[in-house]
Amino acid sequence: MSEYKMHMMVCGGTGCRASESDTIVEKMKKELEYRNLDEDVQVVITGCFGFCEKGPIVKMLPDNTFYTEVKPDNVTEIIDEHIIKGRKVQSLLYVDPNKGQAEPDSKHMDFYKKQIRIALRNCGFINPEVVDEYIAADGYEALGKVLADYTPEQTIDIIKQSGLRGRGGGGFPTGLKWQFAAQNEADKKYVVCNADEGDPGAFMDRSILEGDPHSVLEAMAICGYTMGSDEGIIYIRAEYPLAIERLHIAIKQAREYGLLGKNILGTGFDFDITLRYGAGAFVCGEETALIHSMEGLRGEPTVKPPFPAESGYNGKPTNVNNVETFANIPAIILKGAEWFSAIGTEKSKGTKVFALAGKINNVGLIEVPMGTTLREVIFEIGGGIKDGKKFKAVQTGGPSGGCLTEKHLDTPIDFDNLLAAGSMMGSGGMIVMDEDDCMVAMAKFYLEFTVEESCGKCAPCRIGNKRLHETLDKITEGKGTLHDLELLKNMSNVIKDTSLCGLGQTSPNPVLSMLEHFYDEFLGHVSDHKCEAGQCKSLLKYNIIEEECVGCTACARVCPVGCISGEKKEVHIIDQSICIKCGACMDKCKFNAIELI
Amino acid sequence: MAKVKTLADLRKMKSELQSKIQLRENAENPESVVQIRVGMATSGIASGAKEVYHYFTEEMAKRNINGLTTQVGDMGYCYAEPTVEVLVPGKDPIVFGYVDVKKADQIIEKYIKQGELLDGIIPPNYQNINE
Ligand SMILES: Cc1cc2nc3c(=O)[nH]c(=O)nc-3n(C[C@H](O)[C@H](O)[C@H](O)COP(=O)(O)O)c2cc1C
Repeated sequence: MSEYKMHMMVCGGTGCRASESDTIVEKMKKELEYRNLDEDVQVVITGCFGFCEKGPIVKMLPDNTFYTEVKPDNVTEIIDEHIIKGRKVQSLLYVDPNKGQAEPDSKHMDFYKKQIRIALRNCGFINPEVVDEYIAADGYEALGKVLADYTPEQTIDIIKQSGLRGRGGGGFPTGLKWQFAAQNEADKKYVVCNADEGDPGAFMDRSILEGDPHSVLEAMAICGYTMGSDEGIIYIRAEYPLAIERLHIAIKQAREYGLLGKNILGTGFDFDITLRYGAGAFVCGEETALIHSMEGLRGEPTVKPPFPAESGYNGKPTNVNNVETFANIPAIILKGAEWFSAIGTEKSKGTKVFALAGKINNVGLIEVPMGTTLREVIFEIGGGIKDGKKFKAVQTGGPSGGCLTEKHLDTPIDFDNLLAAGSMMGSGGMIVMDEDDCMVAMAKFYLEFTVEESCGKCAPCRIGNKRLHETLDKITEGKGTLHDLELLKNMSNVIKDTSLCGLGQTSPNPVLSMLEHFYDEFLGHVSDHKCEAGQCKSLLKYNIIEEECVGCTACARVCPVGCISGEKKEVHIIDQSICIKCGACMDKCKFNAIELI
Repeated sequence: MAKVKTLADLRKMKSELQSKIQLRENAENPESVVQIRVGMATSGIASGAKEVYHYFTEEMAKRNINGLTTQVGDMGYCYAEPTVEVLVPGKDPIVFGYVDVKKADQIIEKYIKQGELLDGIIPPNYQNINE
């Protein structure tokens, strides 16, 4: 059989599948067969292309035509026009709203121009359910090379020299962590992959596991070899069914080829991997809590030391790494530490995957070199702010991080710069806010999350965050005082200093950074009782404009609490003490006589 | 599935499997391989462009030339259909007119393999279609 002339890559990530990409695949296969084109065109289900905003994505190779928002009904058109006649289906091409023109292929899209894909190298490139495709793309070669050519110490040295730092949030040097785990002697050791991904709005790890599960398996085996472990466990939240399914398939295929199991590649090295499901608690992403959860105990953290490298799962030396950290490993082994450390900034090497969300045009998944600026990420790759609104801030590091503003836009993104700017890298969530977002309400949103997710073991986190939340609530209700702003700051610092684990030690960060960068907005809420962004309902006031009101009584009749009074044909009045700000009166008024102030 | 017993086995397997994704790798870096674009306007299809397209995709593979063959819309030379644009890395693109299977064979053997110029070249006063 001759090789395929075209490959049709269809995104099979969670997002695109939710909008019927699997139906597209089925229909495409059927139609191609019917027209005897199934030997010319290969339909490939892939991982995420990152351009989730416009899914389902279909990319046609070799010409890289990038079709967006494809529906099953478009299948015949793609066959007739693109495949048979060689013409692009214009209506499915991506139109860049900033340029106003259709992009002929992915190479022309600003979204991809500044990206470098290392951790996501195979996402959108191979079928994650076919191990042969992974092997064709150099898969398991890094494991083979390490087992054949390097000692565990040499392997650890490569990782150290690469400068790779943990992608799960802390940014701890990975090579050093492996070395600690290797140095601790024990009869049993474990390699754990942290796939808990609890940061709201983040889906980097899920996408890697869905799009390239073998890269994580391979890296875990390499890690096992360096530290003398024969068992790997992936702790993954049960809310990721597709990632779990793909991992199961990948583990099964790797075992069948003997790439996991006993005597891997004839070297005498044994390593196998199993899955453990989490129930989706944020705190279970913290490594000590994660280990307890794996042991069947409550998902509560314990004080470090001892670090997992000394006493982790079942009291044995355990190395915990994040999904994305692992996904970088095979590429580093194959291309070398120098190649990797040439990318990025002085102290943060390589790339970082970010999940763009919020008020940004291109919601999706991107991977950029460390040192890329926020401006490049938000305005070039991300396509700017939705609906032409004004950029206000971006939250990095999720509920543990902080917000960055206009003045930080040209800061090169890396671990240290983000810390210096009062935020943190975190796991890679980036939530963009525009002029309509109220920062007090945002701070409250994050605290709501932390209060919900605090395990309750230590008082500062359990009680302190609750009090913080109450205070923020009070401010959004218009009942805050200047003293409350002081209180927020003081409480935040105490919670940070005294909490047991990383959750409480970082949960006040959004409050502190929002207070710092948007103090005037907080002040406006407490002294003028005004919410500039118009988000805090309690601070809004419906007012009847005397000159416009004709006294038709429509508003008074529609008001559910009866707070509007006035005689027929006379100006009406709203009793602010009763008004619940539902806005029904404003909707009803035909004379535009009701305003929001 | 048979077990992969050694690193050599794995590498052998990889070299056999690689052709399956070669097209995707080439698509990532089109500049690094020979690119052939066959003009597929309605008049082109009628005059045998499809046949030429298939010929290139198959023959390039058979003759072990790492290349990419794509179909493109109207190139604007209806009079010379089928037209084929050839981009050899490091050289200026060249468009050939009235390409049939025989001509395609010459393009591969003489121009692509040996760098010899052939007749039938359309002067470069055209816009590159993808720009
Ligand atoms: C509250 C909290 C939640 C965390 N959630 C995650 C998570 O979802 N995924 C993750 O990889 N690391 C998470 N971490 C960080 C882990 O404790 C640990 O540092 C990380 O898994 C180490 O891997 P790395 O060195 O590869 O980054 C969390 C930490 C805290 C304090």
